[in-house]
Amino acid sequence: MADYLDEIEGVIDGGKPEKGDTEIANYTINFGPQHPAAHGVLRLVTELDGEIIERVDPHVGLLHRGTEKLIEYKTYTQALPYFDRLDYCSPLGMEYSYVLAVEKLLDLEVPLRGQYLRVFFAELTRICNHMLNLGSHVMDVGAMTPNLWMFEIREDCLNFFERASGARMHSNYFRVGGVRQDVPLKLLTDIAEWLDTRLPRLFGDAISLVAENRIFLQRNVDIAVVSREDAVAWGFSGPMIRGAGIPWDLRKSQPYDVYDRMDFEVPVGTRGDCYDRFMVRVEEVYQSARIMKQCLQQMPEGPVLTLDRKVAPPRRGEMKQSMEALIHHFKLFTEGYHVPAGEVYVATESPKGEFGVYLVSDGTNKPYRCKIRPTAFSHLQAMDFMSKGHMLADITAILGALDIVFGECDR
Amino acid sequence: MSAVKTVAPRYASNEGVIDAAKAALGDILVHAEDKVGEVNLTLDRARVVEGMTLLRDTPGLEFQQLMEIAGVDYPERPERFEVVYCLLSLTRNHRIKVKAITDEEQAVPSVTGIWPVAGWLEREVYDMYGVLFSGNTDLRRILTDYGFVGHPQRKDFPLTGFVELRYSEEAKRVVYEPVTLAQDFRTFDFMSPWEGAEYILPGDEKYVAPTPPAPPPAPAAKPAPAPAPAVAPQPEAKGAPTPLTADEIRKAPAAKPARAKVTKPKTSDSTADTGAGKSGPEAGPEPAEKKPRKPRVKKAPEGEA
Repeated sequence: MADYLDEIEGVIDGGKPEKGDTEIANYTINFGPQHPAAHGVLRLVTELDGEIIERVDPHVGLLHRGTEKLIEYKTYTQALPYFDRLDYCSPLGMEYSYVLAVEKLLDLEVPLRGQYLRVFFAELTRICNHMLNLGSHVMDVGAMTPNLWMFEIREDCLNFFERASGARMHSNYFRVGGVRQDVPLKLLTDIAEWLDTRLPRLFGDAISLVAENRIFLQRNVDIAVVSREDAVAWGFSGPMIRGAGIPWDLRKSQPYDVYDRMDFEVPVGTRGDCYDRFMVRVEEVYQSARIMKQCLQQMPEGPVLTLDRKVAPPRRGEMKQSMEALIHHFKLFTEGYHVPAGEVYVATESPKGEFGVYLVSDGTNKPYRCKIRPTAFSHLQAMDFMSKGHMLADITAILGALDIVFGECDR
Repeated sequence: MSAVKTVAPRYASNEGVIDAAKAALGDILVHAEDKVGEVNLTLDRARVVEGMTLLRDTPGLEFQQLMEIAGVDYPERPERFEVVYCLLSLTRNHRIKVKAITDEEQAVPSVTGIWPVAGWLEREVYDMYGVLFSGNTDLRRILTDYGFVGHPQRKDFPLTGFVELRYSEEAKRVVYEPVTLAQDFRTFDFMSPWEGAEYILPGDEKYVAPTPPAPPPAPAAKPAPAPAPAVAPQPEAKGAPTPLTADEIRKAPAAKPARAKVTKPKTSDSTADTGAGKSGPEAGPEPAEKKPRKPRVKKAPEGEA
């Protein structure tokens, strides 16, 4: 360093490089794979010119577990829990696409209460997911308190999931043909009360700390602006495409289950920057709460799982009485059901965007091919052009606004 | 489509899409079908880019977004890989799947020029299946380990893989070793020898399908079903793949497979039918014939006298 300083000493004119100027090579650094702001195991090879990002090359796959390969060796029932483990921040959003894909192949009817429960818990998942994402985004750019408050809400959500399914995170609650079991009335009333009181209060408080905050605005406004054309070409979906100003929401445009009966609005951004994506998610939380309240109002009584015994197992009590039920139970949990040959691509609006399942069945009891379309793949790929020309510190803000979870990205 | 009961995402009707695609693509389109409510187009592999551009830009098709590229492996086909592009139209609210068929050597033209998002998606198909994409400037592996060998999603790649890694205390680094399994990988197939499986179970190698013996005089009134020849696979064996495709189910409204009419209900009014509670010659269905056991002869040890 001292030599270098000696060398440039006395050189004043930068425009004449012949006198002792050294050419400075770009600086390449590794961001991750173990970095608290990388939201998992992401390795970003960044090429810097000083503190300006020239190029970002994300290396993914460090969490690759071969889910798609494993699913080919499992029956349709056994494959379901793998979906919880893809995006472990919004497990039910992942299950949703899979059960709908299998139902499409089977052309299976789902009881109305089952449809409402799925929509209800999918929206609770969205709230749960956005709490984690908004909280960590805020923390990545320097604020601590909102994250802690939002984790309070997330904790409530996880408790609700536990009361519905028995598991806090990996619920494995949706089934082909409905949901696993009905929920107790007390749980629904508790969630209703929570939606009216605790959620708006805590969430409103947390957001009020950052939404107008000068530092937060400086870190997010006009960072990683994405135009509408880019958002379409790069395969964006979910809050990313809405943040860019395109009102595209699969729940509205391609409704599944009872989403067509729900009255909700699709928030869109105006500038396509990180702040817009953040605020789109904030508004989505309120809209999700609105959908959940409508579900509570409209939800009819009735079965929650299809009564087609060739697909859904009988209740335990029935098995004590009926030989046929016992046989069905045995067959469904050893051999499983056979899904007619065909191929479908079914995508739902998961909290992070379009989560798709391309399912090929050959008529046996196991999927021939199950390709999972992660939301993160297209978003993370756009990282390069989004962060070009920004400062190194902006990477965390951009990543936070992408909402990436590596369980899903790497599969 | 009135018979559709599923609650899967509902988008614009498929009507006219195939015709529009045929008109726009001409001879680039090799095959088109509408199955399970989804349109699948197969394109000429060499002209995929041209076809995709037409699908994106032709009014009435307008598939602006490429959502996914999936590889599928069919090892029994001459060109074993299918590359499936899932396209989405934001303006027409419609989805289609576009396929290109290839093998290990024939490269598929890259669509990165149309959709930059294809870069990683093609990398993944290359990583998982070894399908080559000509024109993709960055065709590195993406999900597997640095220095990985093989293409794990191929059907002939074992589920456990070939190598496993662990941290070696002696070498002070991570080492790769061949996979050792504490227990053999267990695959359960649900074909059974009397339901049309075509393999021979271990121990049955010498077994030749015999001519079925004449059915013994039926003890009960129930006529014994004529035993089917053991070799011929039964058309609707229980463990076998279901003979219906998803489309056929959809076409048949409220598809209930026609049940064989039971003319006489199966009842067991008296114990004579079941043999319960009785022993002796009238005890319902006869057990398998037993030979009287030979009296055991105690062998005298020979060496001793």
